[in-house]
Amino acid sequence: MVLRRHHDMGGLDAGPVDPSGPGAEHDYAPWEKKVDAILRLVSDQKRRIITVDELRRGIEELGPGVYDELSYYERWIASITNLLVEKGVIEIDELGRRMAEITADWPAGGVADAEPKA
Amino acid sequence: MAHDHSHPHPHQPDLEETPLTHYQAMTEAVGQLLIEKGIITGEELRATLESIDSKSPAGGARVVARAWVDPDFKARLLVDVNKAAEELGIDAGIIPIRAVENTAGVHNVIVCTLCSCYPRNLIGLPPDWYKARSYRSRAVREPRAVLAEFGTAIPDDVELRVHDSTADLRYMVLPARPAGSEGLDEAALAELVTRDCMIGVTLPKSPGA
Repeated sequence: MVLRRHHDMGGLDAGPVDPSGPGAEHDYAPWEKKVDAILRLVSDQKRRIITVDELRRGIEELGPGVYDELSYYERWIASITNLLVEKGVIEIDELGRRMAEITADWPAGGVADAEPKA
Repeated sequence: MAHDHSHPHPHQPDLEETPLTHYQAMTEAVGQLLIEKGIITGEELRATLESIDSKSPAGGARVVARAWVDPDFKARLLVDVNKAAEELGIDAGIIPIRAVENTAGVHNVIVCTLCSCYPRNLIGLPPDWYKARSYRSRAVREPRAVLAEFGTAIPDDVELRVHDSTADLRYMVLPARPAGSEGLDEAALAELVTRDCMIGVTLPKSPGA
C-alpha cells in the first residue's frame, strides 16, 4: 500500500464527472481572476518570487480538512499569501490589519470565515 | 437598495452588495500590499487581468484549424506549440505546451491528477469539472468510462492515451479533422474546434451534424 498525500488522487475511485453540472461553464468572479493575476505577476520572469511548484506545495500543506473546505481560488490565495509571508515579502501583521480595514470599508460588511463551497 | 448612492463606489458594483469573505479580503489586501511595496504596479495588475480575459478556446481553435490546412505548420506545432502559436500572433506563455495528435489509431486525453495544470494561456481558464476530484481521479484509471460521461465513445481498437500534466509541461489535444469538413475554409474549421475537443473529452462535430 502506497501512502498518498491528499491531493494525489490519480487512479482513485470517485463519482461520475458531470460535464453539464453547476459550474461546468464557470463564470470566474473578478476576485478569482485577481488571484490568478497576482500569481502570474509574482511568478513571472521579472519577479520570480513564487514558482508554480511552490504554489502547489503550499496548497498541499493546507491539509486535508482545509483542502476540501476551500474553493479552488481560496486555496490559491491561501497558498500565495503563506508563501509571501514565508519569504518575507509581506508581514503577517500588516496583512491582518489591511484585511480588517478592507472588510470594515466594504458596504455589505464581511463574514468571519469563508463559507465552504462546492 | 441596500444603501443610498451618495458616495462613489470603490469596488465592483455587483459585488459590494454581498458580504466580503475572508479570502476575498485576503486577495484584495495582498494585491494592495504588493502594489504599495512596489513589487507590482496597478497597471501591471490591470494588464494581466485584461490578458486573462483575452484568452479563450478560440486561440487554440485557430491553431488547430491552421494545422488541419497546413501540414508544414502542423509539423512545427508538434515540435513546439508555443512557437507555432506565436506565428499566429498568439502568446501561449512560457510554460511549454506539447500537442498530442489524435489519429485513426490513437485518441488522446489530458488531465492533471495532482492539481489543475492546463494550457490556460492558449485556451483560457479550465472548466470546473477539469479541477474536480471525479475527473482527476478517474481519468487515468478508467478513461473510457469518463469519456462516456461526456457522450464520447472511443472504439476498443483505438488506443487511448491519457497525459498527466505538470507545472512544467502542459498538453493540448490536436483533434482529427472531422469527416465532411473538406470544403470548409480555415475560419469555418476553427468553429468546429471546442475547448472540450482540445482536452480530448469530445470530438469535433462534422459540419451540419
